[in-house]
Amino acid sequence: MVPAPYRIERVKRETHDTFTLDLLPMDSTSVSSFGPGQFNMLYVFGVGEVPISISSDPANCPALEHTTRVVGAVTKAMGRLKRGDVVGVRGPFGSHWPVTEEGGRDFIIVAGGIGLAPLRPALYALMRQREKFRKIVLLYGARAPEDILYRKELEHWRGKFDLEIQVTVDRGAAGWRGNVGVVTTLVGRAPFDPTNTVALVCGPEVMMRFAVMELQKRGIGADRIFLSMERNMKCATGFCGHCQYGPSFICKDGPVFQFDRIEPIFGKAEI
Amino acid sequence: MMGAIAKRGYELIGPTIRDGAIVCDRLNSASDLPRGWTDEQEAGKYRLVQRQDEAFFGYNAGPHSWKKFLHPPEGRLWTCTRNGGGLQIVTEGPAAPKRAFIGVRACELKAIDILDRVLMGGTYVDPEYKALRETLFIVAVNCGQAGGTCFCASMNSGPKVEKGYDLALTEILDDESHYFLVEAGSEAGAEVAGETAHRDANAKDVEAADRIVEATRRQMGRTMDVSGLKELLYRNYEHPRWDQVATRCLTCANCTMVCPTCFCTTVEDVTDLTGEQAERWRKWDSCFAMDFSYIHGGSVRASAKSRYRQWIMHKLATWVDQFGEFGCVGCGRCITWCPVGIDITEEVRAVRETESASAAQKGAS
Amino acid sequence: MIHSLESVIRAHTFFHGLEERYIAFIAGCAKNAVFGVSQYILREGDPADQFYFIRQGLVSVEIMIPQQGPVTVQTLAEGDMLGWSWLAPPYRWHFDARAVEETRALAFDGKCLRNKCDEDHDLGYEIMKRFTHVVSQRLDATRLQLLDLYGVHI
Repeated sequence: MVPAPYRIERVKRETHDTFTLDLLPMDSTSVSSFGPGQFNMLYVFGVGEVPISISSDPANCPALEHTTRVVGAVTKAMGRLKRGDVVGVRGPFGSHWPVTEEGGRDFIIVAGGIGLAPLRPALYALMRQREKFRKIVLLYGARAPEDILYRKELEHWRGKFDLEIQVTVDRGAAGWRGNVGVVTTLVGRAPFDPTNTVALVCGPEVMMRFAVMELQKRGIGADRIFLSMERNMKCATGFCGHCQYGPSFICKDGPVFQFDRIEPIFGKAEI
Repeated sequence: MMGAIAKRGYELIGPTIRDGAIVCDRLNSASDLPRGWTDEQEAGKYRLVQRQDEAFFGYNAGPHSWKKFLHPPEGRLWTCTRNGGGLQIVTEGPAAPKRAFIGVRACELKAIDILDRVLMGGTYVDPEYKALRETLFIVAVNCGQAGGTCFCASMNSGPKVEKGYDLALTEILDDESHYFLVEAGSEAGAEVAGETAHRDANAKDVEAADRIVEATRRQMGRTMDVSGLKELLYRNYEHPRWDQVATRCLTCANCTMVCPTCFCTTVEDVTDLTGEQAERWRKWDSCFAMDFSYIHGGSVRASAKSRYRQWIMHKLATWVDQFGEFGCVGCGRCITWCPVGIDITEEVRAVRETESASAAQKGAS
Repeated sequence: MIHSLESVIRAHTFFHGLEERYIAFIAGCAKNAVFGVSQYILREGDPADQFYFIRQGLVSVEIMIPQQGPVTVQTLAEGDMLGWSWLAPPYRWHFDARAVEETRALAFDGKCLRNKCDEDHDLGYEIMKRFTHVVSQRLDATRLQLLDLYGVHI
């Protein structure tokens, strides 16, 4: 599978090390559809290719948005690109968040750091069918107030829809009057009914471990908790073997996993 | 026979001697085969020794496997040129020379079958593998002897070739005669056999062949108890044996290079000096490499223990969940070519035998 | 409907399993407290003679850093216990705590409870058990904060 050329329509600086690229295919005007939770492989000419989650609204997607954090050579090169530059795109790949099947439930969404980016499409999808669900709660933890993603959007959602949003930071700053503390501590008193709730979790693995612990303490079953996992990825088509996580290939069996499927190895060291 | 195959435009690939080993390479004729040679294999040991007879196929698996020609060690996937404001990507057309593999053992036939499932059995199909596979002519060989590290019988992948070949040969060699029992597995095979000097086989020939295969089956250098093997390994992620093997394993990746089913690859993106043209290359990779599991900040599997465990768990446990069968065919190459002689059958045995002891120890502490 | 202090105490998981006579005693040490927005609940250095069970609202545990002003290290909310320095010498607060929004709490006379625990070790054990759990949870949370999980570690 070969990268298709996409043009960068817009570059948005989200924080000091995170940016969003809006991409449009060069050979047509409409973008291919995708499911919330899926990712593309983005290719920077001559540098390399990395998996980046699609963070657009699946139902209203004039361009494919990819919120990316600078963590290595490719993302660094990507961060220097400008409007009009061209990148290669392969995808979409992977499994979705379960936002279409479960009617009549509460949803609790726990996001940490850049983990909010792959959950954003899920939030849009849920809110598009708002009447189908009861409570929707978003718990979002960021490093510090300056690292909060999609600030305006979060404020907009909080104001406009029946959506409970709690934002917390690991470390406060002068002038920050919001919550300080790890996002996992917010799970204990979040307003949802554990007997009828689906949990979506995405963030650093350690954070997800503790989040799952808290969710299970509240009484949510392992079959109702969904995580997005990450491993080294090269081909995204199940051939290179790099993304294996136990028996699963994260590129095709994931990245979204129902927790009971990965529970036996989740938390085991060096898997 | 080889002439008949070559006449049809096939490039002949088969065993030949080079650098003190029997490798897989291009053959011009039957005289390139290692006639009269055998190999002595043990953990960490491989030697070529002359035979007392002139058998064409009197040896077992060498350091190469057929994956070298079906799933090449390196190849360019595509070339990308910057043109104007865009990118133009040109794929490498699969260069699919018609090839005939001469001397494919039962374990290797099974390995090819396994790779078929890995590279063609899912949503995405590897186009290069598919193209190479479709034009492949296979001349299989029933082993006349088992090697010191062989255990195909345990893995149910030999010594008799069952299916997937165009021709299957059993070499029958005694003081009086030297001939091959030939079974055609396809029309193409039957045609080639028809053109070779032959006579119809009789019951005695078939019996002789069966006796040889049976003798080979009883001669296996190793055994692997596969009963409940997947579950055994899944239960023992934390078995102390993995710490033990880690004191020996050099993570040199030899085992993955010689294994006929290991399929992991990596990609490399390179540019030319002008920076106007880029290429993507695909190369063999190994889960034993330190950066195989690297994600921003470090490798998930940093210790030798975790990397050995990953390899053995994949081969004998997770492969079953992924592809419905074991990834191991019992060819013994990993045992032979491990510089420190780590034996996959021994590692499994150790875990199986000490499982209850290890669990009891955990319970007591 | 006004809940008696006893019923509030009995209802909260923190006090589950406590014998009735202890609940009665603890209720005797408790009283309702209300804190307005930005009002200090306790201050670093002050004698730690009380502790609080937050019934409603948000409390910021802070420390005053020169040139930075008050910096929050943790936010507590409904259902959280505030303050354990009353349990161990020198019985002084190590941090500030301030109401972020209007906060209703149950304030407990820590000094009185401490003395009673010295007399009645069974009660002491029950109180220690419960506060150990609170401290361990806060320690876990603090460790996660320290790990700086969202930072880039290259």
